[in-house]
Parts: sequence; structure tokens; C-alpha cells
Amino acid sequence: MKAWHFSENAYPYLPPSDEFDSIRVTLPNRNYDPRKGAALYDRYLDEWLIAEAEGMDIMLNEHHQTATCVDPAAPLVLAALARLTSKARLLILGNPVANRRQPVRVAEEMAMVDILSKGRVEVGFVRGVPYEISAANSNPVRMNERQWEAMDLIVKAWTTHDGPFSHEGRFFHHRMVNIWPRPYQAPHPPIWVSTMSPSGAARVGEHGYIQATFLTGFDSTRAVYDGYRRGWRQAGLGNDVPVNRLAYAALVYTAPTEAEAYAGAEKLLWYITANKVAKQFMYPPGYMPLEAQAKQMRGAALDPHMGLLGKATVEKAIESGIMFAGTPDQVFKQIKKLYDHVGGFGHLLNMGQAGFLEHEETALGIRTFAREVYPRLKDAFADDVISGRD
Amino acid sequence: MVKIAGIEIELYEGGAGAPLLFLHSAQGFDASHEFVGLLAKDRRVIAPSHPGFGKSGLPDWVDSIDDLAHVYLELMGHLRLDRVDIVGCSVGGWIAADLATKIPERLRKLVLVAPVGVKTGPSDKLDIPDIFALPQEAVAKLLFHDPAKGRVDFASMSDEQLQIIVRNRESLALLAWEPYMHNPKLVHRLHRATMPTLFLRGASDGIVSAPYLERYAALLPNATISTIAAAGHAPQIEQPAEFTKTVLAFLDA
Repeated sequence: MKAWHFSENAYPYLPPSDEFDSIRVTLPNRNYDPRKGAALYDRYLDEWLIAEAEGMDIMLNEHHQTATCVDPAAPLVLAALARLTSKARLLILGNPVANRRQPVRVAEEMAMVDILSKGRVEVGFVRGVPYEISAANSNPVRMNERQWEAMDLIVKAWTTHDGPFSHEGRFFHHRMVNIWPRPYQAPHPPIWVSTMSPSGAARVGEHGYIQATFLTGFDSTRAVYDGYRRGWRQAGLGNDVPVNRLAYAALVYTAPTEAEAYAGAEKLLWYITANKVAKQFMYPPGYMPLEAQAKQMRGAALDPHMGLLGKATVEKAIESGIMFAGTPDQVFKQIKKLYDHVGGFGHLLNMGQAGFLEHEETALGIRTFAREVYPRLKDAFADDVISGRD
Repeated sequence: MVKIAGIEIELYEGGAGAPLLFLHSAQGFDASHEFVGLLAKDRRVIAPSHPGFGKSGLPDWVDSIDDLAHVYLELMGHLRLDRVDIVGCSVGGWIAADLATKIPERLRKLVLVAPVGVKTGPSDKLDIPDIFALPQEAVAKLLFHDPAKGRVDFASMSDEQLQIIVRNRESLALLAWEPYMHNPKLVHRLHRATMPTLFLRGASDGIVSAPYLERYAALLPNATISTIAAAGHAPQIEQPAEFTKTVLAFLDA
């Protein structure tokens, strides 16, 4: 198993949440102090470097117009990391390609960082959460179609080396695609896609890309991975799907004592409890299938974490499989329990910082995990095991 | 259902008399609304559900009001409608205005009820409020003179009804997301719409403002404006009798 330290570059210094409607999209940026923000970037970069020094790999992501993740141009941070680090793999998960108007530009950015890092980049593509729509002014209808056309075009741009080709698709048009530089890795950097639905995962499986799922807990994760395996097999990639095609993201906090671990985990829950989003940004038209939207209109909460908003507890989060927290032994057992339930996964994306978890606390969490849990995970869960076996 | 341009189109026809093509708003078409029966007393009312609305199909290639107008060109040919009157509400008014620039000679009179479709105001202010960025209650206030009348009890609806509501909203987004609720070209084409045209607006409409409607109407050579009291964005729903009376008086004049 590989473990990746993941931080959203949050900006936690906000007014009380009852003073604003939504932490995303509309919260005025007068609430952002550029000096405090600069110090935070320094700090979060340092934490990634600690993760690298401890033998972990690095993951970052991109969100827009939000205090929860002040990383609206993730390729820029990725480029900084490419020069600050020397051995960690660098995963960007990911590029919101349904919201980017120029997929070829994305292909260029990723190729460039792959060169800068001398082949350490892993490129994720995401559809983007619903609240990204407004920031991008992006049409929420037919996003999947846009995403896949963009991804296919990017892969073609990376792998075409004999001069320009043209693309006249449903959503994107390019008459002269001939990117410089081309990627460092051949044929191209590993590709990751995040999906939360079994049908979406099936399509990822058809392509053999790495499937990541975020905070989906026990049963939803199993269903997503089953979808992936179905797609993989239907596409004729073979019967066996190795665990290294599957990734799971959770909030992770490990400390020497349970008391320290729970105190850190409490702070990590900010990621869930602070995510106050106005309803109109959560359910844009066309983002979800009709059946799901109809259910939402009857009052069902579709985002599984929204039920936890403001009242999440460490115990509940651990019980539902979205958080691993405790002593090294406890964390190992919690991960193993989820691993066994979902049929195995090869990548653990450790969300190891959120909200007011201070630098020293974050570093303690990273180090304790890397030194006392990670070696056990590597021993217990080899990368080439076949997934989905009970 | 009728197949037009390769699309299954849900088509309502009722009443007798001179044909009136009714182009519904983003709420979709509901034949049980009172104004439909009132119009049908005097007219042969022909009301298609737009592609993506009601039970009409939505092929991949359709994503603009221009596409819908082309579908209706084919529908008019199919129904042999010539010198027809069109009444279009909101986004249906946009389709009607677009059609009027394409085939002015085939339209006799036009009624645009709280139409969207043009951008005449400054670039740093939306002409039409962003209904996708507002809470549902705020949108209801903009839509209705009496928001209580517009309240829908989703819990009591069937899955099929709910899915149609959701799909109508989704199709509106597909068509009107960007540029928001308008086609920048339309202002340069509307001078071709020479037929007598009535712009109608509910006095309490929070979506289509009075100045917006005035600027819109000024783009057509032969347009007049009328206001219906105690109505919002859908005067045909909130004041069906007054609405029908006003529309028929204009068409029959």
C-alpha cells in the first residue's frame, strides 16, 4: 500500500458560521488576510516536505472560491512541490477538466510539471464538486461528457509525437495540437479519476485508470470498487483487478496516545463541520441523475456528509469509515477493517490537516503514521494483490 | 407525441379556430391550467413541449434556443402552419422572438409574455437575476405576485412528476446557462420581426423588469407593451382571465 499526505490548504480564520450563508462560492474574500494566507502556504508546503522526508507521497487538490481549500490553481502548487521535493510522487487530484475551457492547456501544464519533477507527477482528473460550477460559470449539464472528451484529448496530446493533430469534438475544438514539452514519463503520467458512483467507476475501470473515492465509508466504497471491477472486466482488461488501481481518501490522525489522537482528530473534523454550503450551490441542475434530484426535492440529503454537518463526532466518523484516528495500533486496525470490507485498495489518501490543526500537531500525525502505521500497512497489504476477493 | 427533426415531441392540441402556437416557459406545459381552456374557446391551441421538457425527447445535439427554433420550423411545416400567431412565455418568448427573426413572413402576430433572450444592460449587472444562485424561496418571490400560490408540495408528487420538474430545470440550464438567458446576436436581428407584437408583463415580475421589457420591445419595429396587475413572471397562471382577455384582444384587433 502507498500512503499519500493530502492537505486542502484550508484558511480557517473565519467569522462565526452563523454570520455567513456559505463557506463556498459567496463568502467575500475580505475575510482572507493575504499575510496570514502566505504564512499558511509556507506551513502547508513544509508539511508536505515532512511527509516526503517520512517516506510518504504527496497529494493535493483544487477548489475555487472557498476557504476550505485555498488552492484554486493546483498546478501552481504542484510546480512549487516539483522543485521543493526530490523523491515523493506528486499526485494532483485533480484537474477539474469539465470546468476548464482548454484541455490542451491542462495537458501542457501537466507535461511541464512532469518534466520539472523528472517524472514524479501522477495526474488526476475530477468532475469537481457541485459548488465548483458557479466559480467556473460552467454548465452543470453534460459535465461527464465534457470531462471524458477532455481527458481523451489530453491523453492524445501527451502521446502524439509526430507533429500537430486536430480535434473537432462535441465540446472542444483544436486544429493544431502539438504540445511542448511532452511528458517525462512514457507513455504518459499515471492517470487517476475520482468518482463516487458505481456507474462512474465502471467507466474509469474500462480505461484502467486509478479510481479514487473520497470519504465514502464502508458500503458505498465497496459499491464503487465493484463498479470499477465490472468496467475493467467488461473492457477485456482481464479478470483480476490489482489493488493498486483503487484508492481511498479518509481523514487520518495518528498519535502515540489515544487522548492526543482524539484531540487531533477532533480538529480534523473541521473539514466536515465547517463545510456550510448554501443549498442552491449543492444541487445545481443536471449535476446529478434525475432520480437522485427527485429524491432531494422530497427532502433527502444526498451528500452523505451533510447529515454530519456541525454535529460530527470522532467516534461516528470512525464508525462510518470516513476517519481513521487513534494510536498506531488502533489506526492500523481501522484501516484493515475497511480494507477487508471493501475488497482491498492500494492507495490511502491521508487527509492529515484541516482547520485549526496546528503545524506541530499535523507533523506529529504525519510522523506517527509514517513511522508506526505505514510500515505495517506495506507489510500487510502488498501492491499487487488482487482486489475484490472475500 | 409527434416526431419532429428526429425528436419525439409531446404535443397538445385543443380548441378550434385560427391556430395559435403556444410556447411554454421553463415550468413546462400543463393543459389543466385555466388559461389553456380559456384560449381554446376561441383558438386552435397548439402547444408542444420543448425538447428536454415534459415528455419530449432531448437528443445530444440540442443545446440552444436556436436549436429549438429550428425544431419548431419543422413542426410548423409538419402542421402546415402559415401566418400563425405565437404566444411565448419567458424562455418560450425567447424561442418565439428567435423564430420571428428567422421567418417574419410566416408569423401573423406575436405575444411575448415576460420574455428573456436579449442582453441590453451593462456588463457588470445581470439583466435577469441568477435563479440558479438564489435560494428557492427567493426565486419564488421573484416569480410570483403571491408566492403562496406558487408553492408546490413536492412530497405529494409522483416520481414521474418530480422527475419532469427536475428535467425541465436541467434543460433550462442546458439552454440558458451561458450566455445567461440570452443570445448576444438576437438584439442585432430583432429588427426583422416586423409583425405586430405585444410584450406582456406581470406588474410584480421580479425576473423580467419593466425597463428590461421596454428595452427589449424597442428592438422590434412594431411592438407595444401591456402590464397585468397582481401577477408575477407567469401572468397566465396568476391572472388567467385577464391574461386571456388581453391576449385575445390584441390578436383579434
